[in-house]
Amino acid sequence: MTAITTKPPSALGALTRNNTFLGFMFLLPAAVFLLCFLTYPLGLGVWLGFTDAKIGRDGIFIGLDNYIALANDSVFWMTVYNTVLYTFIASVLKFGLGLWLALILNENLPFKSFFRAIILLPWVVPTVLSALAFWWIYDAQFSILSWSLIKLGIIDTPINFLGDPNNARFSVIAANVWRGIPFVAISLLAGLQTIPQSLHEAASLDGATGWQRFRFITLPMLTPIIAVVMTFSVLFTFTDFQLIYVLTKGGPVNATHLMATLSFQRGIPGGQLGEGAAIAVAMIPFLLASILFSFFGLQRRKWQQGGQD
Amino acid sequence: MSISEQTNTATLTDDAQGMSYLNRLPRRIVVLYLPLAVFIIVLLFPFYWMAITAVKPNSQLTDYNNYSPFWVVGPTLDHIKYLLFETSYPGWLWNTLVVSVCATVLSLAASVFAAYAIERIRFKGSRSVGLLIFLAYLVPPSILFIPLAVIVFKFGIYDSKLALIFTYPTFLIPFCTWLLMGYFRSIPFELEESALVDGASRWQILIRVILPLAVPGLISAGIFAFTLSWNEFIYALTFIQSSENKTVPVGVLTELVRGDVFEWGSLMAGALFGSLPVVILYSFFVDYYVSSMTGAVKE
Repeated sequence: MTAITTKPPSALGALTRNNTFLGFMFLLPAAVFLLCFLTYPLGLGVWLGFTDAKIGRDGIFIGLDNYIALANDSVFWMTVYNTVLYTFIASVLKFGLGLWLALILNENLPFKSFFRAIILLPWVVPTVLSALAFWWIYDAQFSILSWSLIKLGIIDTPINFLGDPNNARFSVIAANVWRGIPFVAISLLAGLQTIPQSLHEAASLDGATGWQRFRFITLPMLTPIIAVVMTFSVLFTFTDFQLIYVLTKGGPVNATHLMATLSFQRGIPGGQLGEGAAIAVAMIPFLLASILFSFFGLQRRKWQQGGQD
Repeated sequence: MSISEQTNTATLTDDAQGMSYLNRLPRRIVVLYLPLAVFIIVLLFPFYWMAITAVKPNSQLTDYNNYSPFWVVGPTLDHIKYLLFETSYPGWLWNTLVVSVCATVLSLAASVFAAYAIERIRFKGSRSVGLLIFLAYLVPPSILFIPLAVIVFKFGIYDSKLALIFTYPTFLIPFCTWLLMGYFRSIPFELEESALVDGASRWQILIRVILPLAVPGLISAGIFAFTLSWNEFIYALTFIQSSENKTVPVGVLTELVRGDVFEWGSLMAGALFGSLPVVILYSFFVDYYVSSMTGAVKE
């Protein structure tokens, strides 16, 4: 038997029973990390955008000069155009194909879990490494795609996948879509599985066609998760760096530069930290717009479905 | 309606196979199996191409007329030998492993406390802290790398593994915290209440009650964080200069790609070996992957 010891109420004891203090202590490690390496750099980035900092030299405040220089820079505007085009086409394709794949996987198939597992592979493998495989697939001389198409008699000469501006744009978009489909498909599949079968059965008893069931049951029930998935997808596509850096490094003649790659090129190898930071800051309004768009889309849907808020 | 038909519909409402019995086989082939086959082939072909290139002798690599490009006659291990014994590749693998493990452990530890505090210690403003954490997850590395490079340089950890170990948690902590919050929410309050009544402190409750119940969540978050760190590129590219500190994605791209002559064999072998660890990990924990992916999205 152990004796019951009654501790005198101490200041420390009182503190540990104070939820606010306790919560603060528990949050401290994460907060220190995020303040040091996330919030502070975010602020520093905005500040750097207003300076002429170079590698190895602290900049001085130059106001909006970086932004004015960018506004008169045709390469920058081309990059903005590329980024928007890249994000738009890739996101639409990822959504369409991902939803299609999710609908297929939602059917009653043999080896369903096996298919679900291997479909995620493009997303699990490091992007840089799969992009290297695409680089080899898109090779100007020895592309397996060109070879197959020539053998099939569809084209006569090898396609210059990464050498021609428009071809290069579509090639990097294709690689991005390839990598993004699994994420969209598996997330939407999780959403599809929460839709009760009984709704579909009731609708088809009432004579609804397959398209009507998709349009009036599947799609509305799926909208909240579509909004979240597509926000993430747009966000990651818009800020994409790895694929472009491996496949084209922004070339040919800046045709495939995205804002992230231009920011890197000017900031790190080019040494113009201030200008690079300004390009990165210029991405923020686009990102905010896409987040707000999906946030409000989400709210409305929640209310439509009779949820809280 | 006969009795047998009634029992039949009774099992159907159990959504064992849904309404797919309504489709006939030819229709299923055109609508389901054919598109599925195309999807699978397209999604897996780059890996096949990677693997087959890695073992092709150089003489067959670009000679599409005499050898079918889709197959290999007399596979060789030369590219892999070259990669493992004549480049710094094993070192890069080791660096990636060290950085990923350290960053994952650090982030998990910080996230467990943060998630528990937000979800269960109902202090003032815990809701808004939760929202802030989610917003932190939406800040992409490509707008942070320039200021982070400046900070890393000022801390004197530029060009060292520490630079990566300290910066990776910026995207790992928000993700892990968000995921763990969901798991903690699913653990019944009553367990904690009875532990509190029995005189347990918050610390004891977290260690003895919550954590054992949240093991699946910890595994999900850990595996996911490990994969994210293994795949990270832009920070590693920016903060690491010397060859011996590079991670696999950066090393393969910056050191194996030289000049105009591409050694596709060893390049593809490098890509293959860099992917294998995460693929093996993935194959063991598929369900945890899927749950962490969808869990983070569903909230």
